[in-house]
Amino acid sequence: MSPAVLVAGALVFMMALPLPASQPALPTADDPVLEARLNELAVDLRCVVCQNESLAESRASLALDLRAEIRGMMRNGLTDEQVLESLVARYGDFVLYRPPVKPLTYALWGGPFVFLLIGIGLAAATLHRRRSMPEPEAVSPEALRQAARLLRTDPVSPAGQAPDVPGTPRPPLQQER
Amino acid sequence: MIPELGQFVVILALVVALIQGTLPLLGAQRGDERLMALARPLAQAQFTLLLLAFSALAWSFLTHDFSVKNVAQNSFSQLPAIYRFTATWGSHEGSLLLWTVILAGWSAAVAVFSRQLPQEMVARVLAVLGLVSVGFLALLVFTSNPFERLFPIPADGRDLNPLLQDAGMISHPPLLYMGYVGFSVAFAFAIAALLSGRLDAAWARWSRPWTTTAWTFLTLGVALGSWWAYRELGWGGWWFWDPTENASLMPWLAGTALIHALAATEKRGVFSNWSVLLAIATFSLSLLGTFLVRSGVLSSVHAFAVDPTRGLFILVFLGLVIGGSMTLYALRAPRMVAGGSFAWFSRESLLLANNVFLIAALGAVLLGTLYPLFLDALGLGKISVGPQYFNAVFVPLVAPALFLVGIGPLARWKKASLPDLMWRLKWAFGVALVTAALLPLTLDGMNLQVTLGLFLALWILFTVIKGFAQRLQHAGPDRWRQLLRLPRAFWGMQLAHAGLAILVVGVTMVSNYETERDVRMPIGSHVELAGYRFVFHGVEEVPGPNYLAGRATMEITSPHGRSFMLYPEKRNYDASGAIMTQAAVHYGLFRDVYISLGDPLGDGVWTVRVYHKPFVGWLWAGALLLAMGGGLAAADPRYRMVLRRRRVPDAEPALASAAAPEVR
Repeated sequence: MSPAVLVAGALVFMMALPLPASQPALPTADDPVLEARLNELAVDLRCVVCQNESLAESRASLALDLRAEIRGMMRNGLTDEQVLESLVARYGDFVLYRPPVKPLTYALWGGPFVFLLIGIGLAAATLHRRRSMPEPEAVSPEALRQAARLLRTDPVSPAGQAPDVPGTPRPPLQQER
Repeated sequence: MIPELGQFVVILALVVALIQGTLPLLGAQRGDERLMALARPLAQAQFTLLLLAFSALAWSFLTHDFSVKNVAQNSFSQLPAIYRFTATWGSHEGSLLLWTVILAGWSAAVAVFSRQLPQEMVARVLAVLGLVSVGFLALLVFTSNPFERLFPIPADGRDLNPLLQDAGMISHPPLLYMGYVGFSVAFAFAIAALLSGRLDAAWARWSRPWTTTAWTFLTLGVALGSWWAYRELGWGGWWFWDPTENASLMPWLAGTALIHALAATEKRGVFSNWSVLLAIATFSLSLLGTFLVRSGVLSSVHAFAVDPTRGLFILVFLGLVIGGSMTLYALRAPRMVAGGSFAWFSRESLLLANNVFLIAALGAVLLGTLYPLFLDALGLGKISVGPQYFNAVFVPLVAPALFLVGIGPLARWKKASLPDLMWRLKWAFGVALVTAALLPLTLDGMNLQVTLGLFLALWILFTVIKGFAQRLQHAGPDRWRQLLRLPRAFWGMQLAHAGLAILVVGVTMVSNYETERDVRMPIGSHVELAGYRFVFHGVEEVPGPNYLAGRATMEITSPHGRSFMLYPEKRNYDASGAIMTQAAVHYGLFRDVYISLGDPLGDGVWTVRVYHKPFVGWLWAGALLLAMGGGLAAADPRYRMVLRRRRVPDAEPALASAAAPEVR
């Protein structure tokens, strides 16, 4: 029998009588406040047997069992932290979707901001170099002659096609060293 | 017979790819015209061959040839024809074949649309594409033969994974692969430029439309993947930071950085080394994505260790691509720095800042995706890196980039004035900030996340409008005609940026204001959510082509008294016995109503989950606008004009000497 059917059976058993038709539907959970607390916690937890699903979404039997167990822990008055502690004790950090900050994960949490700092450093160096670069040399007479020849022989004139930003012709490339 | 033909043709294509990858390259080095001229016909021949191979596999699927292992494992006698066709790329082997077909398609496109490029460049680009193709065809031939036969022949197939029997799955992989593989063209142009030693503006101009086109496809592919997950996974999520999703996001981020860097390289000749590096990185990340998804390393590092053939093959190939191109880069690139100077505040410096944030964000995604794999592989324990991590590190890195979207397009090249720009944008900034701060108060109180998201979105939208206004400020009375005459590249950029703003609105609103209720519903009962009233009319059995569905009838009345019906289903697939939740969605401009049918509780009572998702459609509408912008920009006649000009015999040496210093 599939786990879904089992759980469905259990739920039917828990309900004394089917509800009359005219009523508003009742929440699936018996205790909606507790269920909301459970769901808030469960989205941050991994269903450890699933491919990559949170405990809140998964319909795998283990996830359903684990949710029932967390519900029980919460009913017994455990705080969210205590629930997490007991889950980590059993499944390790693997169960947490938000990896805890500890020596093993320093690189994980710090990495992105190190990347940003490196990027800013490189960009600053580039800016500095570009600012102090000499202006491009004047265009040689030979290049001007060639340009003139090009314009004369070019059958497709770029008329009507305004350059992207007027007034800034592309300077010739120049070499370093 | 047909499958054997298919296999034979794939092997033939491998031989063609080998020749295409070597002889034209040799020709380009030696200046041998005849060898270089081989590139085009070989690329076209390879495409034809792989198209034949693909047709052979599709034929096997369409005609229920269960003697082919691939078909037996991924099809079923009752599977509708459209899904039999899409099952062609539903398996590992099939999707690799699709990859090679698309790669050959891009190569053939380069062969056809590059008539005006110098022969040498074409030969090198097509040869590099040929070498990439060799890698994938070898993987196909030696480890993943899609035409493998099965004996004894099973009476029926095991059916396609029900998750893949969906409209989104028809178009998602081809579009995604068009993007992934499209970046191989940008990569090939970069390698060809390194080989020739000409990293100049001309190179940037040639590779730009190809890169933008690939980026457009990838944008569509990623968006469709998200839309598919939204509709098909049954819980209405649109992004889970799953490694498979990250695998497609990483090349997208790198590609986005690349198209911006190329803009500066083309216009001003700056950042050419960086553009080359990004082109290599983008394609490498596409390969990394393929490795992650195809090697099985994601389900478990240990599963990968048990059967490492395919994964190892891709890994070695990835190593060769990265190692080879980086060696070439190290040898060639540092020898020249091109382009002129620019001030600390200019369009160039803003594009540089955009790249810094995009690449840092990319680094964060890469780190979060690979970190658990490395820890596991090194035996340091298993951790999970989920949405909480990614949201925490990704958002702060991307938010500044989004803010820059508002400034960059309005800043002048070379040197811009910050006070002037601040003065011109004061209204855009002020109105966006005040609106974004006040709007959450009218909903459910102060919410800084919403304020940040809406501010960025409005800021981008206002500055896009400002961009148009600035272009037309000197236009006369025929202002509207002028508007339409603005260059397509300009329109494309503005449209894409507006799309980004709309996407941000969608993300912000649905993340913060989504509501749901999980209820047990007897027949005739109702539930209310966000002003909508849902009445449950029971579940009836409805047979599908290859499944039996329990179909619920839900009557929904909107806050304005309009009513409509939705039919969420629970499907039981005949062949696999898989049970699938088929959510029902009512799409709207400002909200989606989403219903997911749960489990039967007996006596006609079912658990039902109803969702109200404000602005969720804006996510994909925004992505569509992004893609449309990319398409428009790639189609700018400017690119074709330059190519036509190259036909003039005199133009060749002139451009070459003026714009392209040879590497010494």
